[in-house]
Amino acid sequence: MSLRNVGIVYRKELREALRDRRTLISTIIVPLILFPLLTAGFISLAVTLVGKAKEEVPRIMILGGEDSRPFLEGLRKNDQITVVPLAGNWKDQIINKDIRAAVEIPAGFQSDVAQQKPTTLKIYVYEGDMKSSFGADRVRDYFKTYSDNVVKERLAAKNVPDSALKPFDVKQQNVAPPEKVGGAAFGGLIGYMVILLCLTGGMYPAMDLTAGEKERGTMETILSSPVSRVHLVLGKFFLVLSASLVTAALSVTSMGMSFWAAKHFHMFDQAGSDAAQLSLSLGLGAVLSVFIMVLPLAVLFAAALMTISLFAKSYKEAQSYVTPLMMVVILPAVAAMLPGVELTSKLALVPILNMSLLCKELVTSTYHWNYIAIIFSSTCVYAAVALFLAVKMFQREDVLFRS
Amino acid sequence: MIETRGLTKVFRDKKRGEIRAVDNVNFVCKPGQIYGLLGANGAGKTTTLRMLATILEPTDGTAIVCGHDVIDDPQKVRANVGFLSTATALYRRLTAQEMVEYFGRLNGLDEATLKKRVDEIFDRLDMNSFRDRRCDKLSTGMQQKTSIARTLVHDPAVMIFDEPTNGLDIMTARTITAFIRECRDRGKTVIFSTHIMSEVAKLCDTIGIIQSGKILAEGSLAELRSRYNEQDLEEIFVKIVAPLYVEQEAN
Repeated sequence: MSLRNVGIVYRKELREALRDRRTLISTIIVPLILFPLLTAGFISLAVTLVGKAKEEVPRIMILGGEDSRPFLEGLRKNDQITVVPLAGNWKDQIINKDIRAAVEIPAGFQSDVAQQKPTTLKIYVYEGDMKSSFGADRVRDYFKTYSDNVVKERLAAKNVPDSALKPFDVKQQNVAPPEKVGGAAFGGLIGYMVILLCLTGGMYPAMDLTAGEKERGTMETILSSPVSRVHLVLGKFFLVLSASLVTAALSVTSMGMSFWAAKHFHMFDQAGSDAAQLSLSLGLGAVLSVFIMVLPLAVLFAAALMTISLFAKSYKEAQSYVTPLMMVVILPAVAAMLPGVELTSKLALVPILNMSLLCKELVTSTYHWNYIAIIFSSTCVYAAVALFLAVKMFQREDVLFRS
Repeated sequence: MIETRGLTKVFRDKKRGEIRAVDNVNFVCKPGQIYGLLGANGAGKTTTLRMLATILEPTDGTAIVCGHDVIDDPQKVRANVGFLSTATALYRRLTAQEMVEYFGRLNGLDEATLKKRVDEIFDRLDMNSFRDRRCDKLSTGMQQKTSIARTLVHDPAVMIFDEPTNGLDIMTARTITAFIRECRDRGKTVIFSTHIMSEVAKLCDTIGIIQSGKILAEGSLAELRSRYNEQDLEEIFVKIVAPLYVEQEAN
């Protein structure tokens, strides 16, 4: 088979694609700009929101406690909170976010503590509201300090050292390297992103090169040239495949650089400990192995997209055919992110799900070679079948000249 | 040279059943001559020409184009054919020159020959002023010239024109008809389909009148005039086609 014509078709399609604003936006601009913007936007939003919430001195209402003066005064003097006057509608005030929390001090609280009788302080909060939770934390901090002091006094009165209450310490330490920690948290997400972007990156070119060509009337022009239909479909297919891989590669690179930049500039630290867990460092080997494994899947997507789009008479019709394919890809890709879903020899044969599960392992540098062999070879078979169908489809007159 | 031998095309439609778009068509078109296929819309002209250009495969029968069978050797047939119709559009994002070069390369021309051919055609068709302009920015006339250049780049021996002036303004249509005449004068085999009587009368050496996929009458304009005892081609056409047309409409 002469590959010269495949190359000619590919170069022409590439030239047209590079001149097409829509292709450039979906393949290059979106991945290069979207991820840095999303990362920067998310982090700065988190920093702003969390920072603001933490800076605020929460307004707290105290219910009762008139007979526990010293305790009450200590609470009022605490500069971490602002105590507001008692009001009957304190519940409404919490719900309406006028105050962040309310503290109920039971009657005889201080004397009960002094007599070592069991007693309970209540904190009323707006569950799920971050600022209410921060307000409750500050009140709880005060209660804890007070409680610790009471315990110390009691122990001192009985000549018992503080250490009697704490016979030993417990320390938990991570031994996994950073890429494994990041991979365990984000492995599923990386696989999902790469798989989804492989599909979306090829979508527009696949529709443009098949249904779009029919719609614009250039299909008959190219079919009247001596190029064989196999060479024609291969030239087009390689362009769709290139677009898929470029989109996925740019997206992952852009995502990696965004995370690196965020880490480098300590943006995660400012966002607080929760956001700091997002810190992700992946080994180059892991990323490369994901791409090698995803290659046959990209072939499968490119061929499937072309086969489906070729059925359509117009670009719009192709869009309505391709949209359900998105769901077919997203569902198994998401399923792999669910906790407890692990690779088995049966799941290794399920297309997309197998690759998504494998990506989860690859980013943690875990290599189960038997699964890798099954997944790579089975996906190659699916891809070959899809490519064969695409070639066959290009030879069907009822599809090419559907009216 | 084009020779069709019982050329037949049957389409299968879920609602309408079997449709014989072209039914046992036989004709010969010689080098240096223009063969005109004259027929109403849906008569089978486009399907016949698409089979000659190997875009569609015959269901039965065959055609020999420049010594190559359209079924056995479609690629060689296409290498010897220039196909132009109003449905053969240009790639919008390529320039006129890139468009012509693309088809030259697909026809196997090496870069040196291609450059020579492109320069020659662009000079001949007076296209140098817009050779680097994208096809979507060209006027209809410029687009037609680019399409002509595209069909000529590999210097084919056979030219197939499927209603090439359909929907064009008079000046652009004249460019096309002048080009068709030039092809004949250069010794090419030309086949041309239309439903415009005046074009046929002006251009064709042989006229084939087609209806319901069948060639109902064939001959030069003079032969048809004497055979049907009418001077006006339109009257001749109606005389030949009317019985079958009425029957077809009734069905």
